[in-house]
Amino acid sequence: MTLELKNVGRTFDGQTAVRNVSLSAGEGEIIGLLGTSGCGKSTLLRAISGLDGDYDGEIRLNGELVDGVQESAGFIFQEPRLFPWLTVLENVTFGLSGKTGDKEAKGREILRKVGLGDSENLYPKELSGGMAQRVAIARALVTSPEVLLLDEPFSALDAFTKMQLQDLLLDIWKEAGTTMVLVTHDIDEALYLCDRIVILRGRPGEIVSEINVGEPRPRPRGSTRLAELKTDILESLDLSRSR
Amino acid sequence: MVKQAISIPGTSRQTKGKANAKTAGAQKVLLGGILPLALIIVWEALSRAGVFPSYQLPAPSVILSAITGMAQDGSLWSHAGITVYRVFAGFLIGALVAVVLGSVVGFYKKAEHVLDPTIQAFRSIPSLAWVPLFILWMGIGEPSKVTMIAVGVFFPVYLNTVSGIAGVDRKLIEVGRMYGLNAYQLVTRVILPAALPSFLTGLRSGLGLGWMFVVAAELMGASQGLGYLLVVGQNTLSPETIIASIILFAVIGKLSDWILKIIEERALHYQDRAVNS
Repeated sequence: MTLELKNVGRTFDGQTAVRNVSLSAGEGEIIGLLGTSGCGKSTLLRAISGLDGDYDGEIRLNGELVDGVQESAGFIFQEPRLFPWLTVLENVTFGLSGKTGDKEAKGREILRKVGLGDSENLYPKELSGGMAQRVAIARALVTSPEVLLLDEPFSALDAFTKMQLQDLLLDIWKEAGTTMVLVTHDIDEALYLCDRIVILRGRPGEIVSEINVGEPRPRPRGSTRLAELKTDILESLDLSRSR
Repeated sequence: MVKQAISIPGTSRQTKGKANAKTAGAQKVLLGGILPLALIIVWEALSRAGVFPSYQLPAPSVILSAITGMAQDGSLWSHAGITVYRVFAGFLIGALVAVVLGSVVGFYKKAEHVLDPTIQAFRSIPSLAWVPLFILWMGIGEPSKVTMIAVGVFFPVYLNTVSGIAGVDRKLIEVGRMYGLNAYQLVTRVILPAALPSFLTGLRSGLGLGWMFVVAAELMGASQGLGYLLVVGQNTLSPETIIASIILFAVIGKLSDWILKIIEERALHYQDRAVNS
């Protein structure tokens, strides 16, 4: 699945949130959208997802113009957003259609993959934050999306759970080769996961630079190469000057 | 007290939690029963000693025998039966109309602009003020009473349905949209289940009002029913009939609320509540 953005912008009631964004993602690439809060990175992701159709410019998935929610796209939100009245398994199979038996088999398989094989009958109230986000990941993956859109998916989790889930995401990527767009404000997370990091800055947000990480995975979290890149990113974010 | 009522989530502790809840429940009933029991004993003693004149406040044993007497000659069942029937019919009609109107107003902004102001205006009329008009229109038979009760039930159910639908988390709706749900599927799979808690709250307060209104309706003109017993008791100077009727109202009203509460707990078992209300 390829993704292409051409001069994409979004204006809310005369206020431009983000403008002139052009980028592309190849098959199986993990692209990070990194920036301080308010620079429009989540806005961009919503436009790509088709949830927000009022953007300017062009967004193409596999060459086709995005004008509504795409079946081939999966979305993982910042919060788990589970339906409290459904069990874990029912939440995971929510987006599937077809026979109940098939749906449940598929759901169980994906739950095992995210490490929740024995929790299918629990309700969301009984889950920890990390478990709930695992369920959300399973729900997004169960439809086998070709592109996975992630909106700060791990930002509400503690540091250790976060690392576990980042590795889980990479396992999934290795297996399915899903193209991913990851919105984050966590530089380490972006460096650990992404092939390329697109840095946005300002209000309205614009692309200031693009960094190729190009390190083989799994990347050692404390490597000097990643630390160097982090310095570069901090420089281009230019936190001292930004408003 | 509160500590014992906290439900413990997690499967491993569930059985132990249930057993605990049972003993805690029994203890609660015991604690709650002490005061009324003591009051009844004191009341009985004082009545027998002649402190309360029996033509104003008869002894509990007299009231009890009045109730058993009515139960034996069958009049208790016919009076209670007709009252329950009225509340039930009024509740059903009022709730049904409220669900339909509430859903329409909750889902469509246009409908809200058209309907809601009028409904709110009617709400500000004290509902009992309708009684004379309904009797004038429909006579003193069943239709006027059932209508009266339906009006009482309507407003809480309507308001809670509207606010339940309007208050559905936008984020959950977005998840539904992300999976390509159409409008109908969004309603049935996301919005209605999400609005259910508020709707059930509306039903319970609606039922409470239904019981209030049946008394009003039966006081105004009836030849049967627990409210009619109140009037009979007043006219025949028999306070035991009045108090017996009051007790029956309390028991049946509580019973019906208890049924709704059980339905509510079953339907909302997934909710993350610290204290079981």
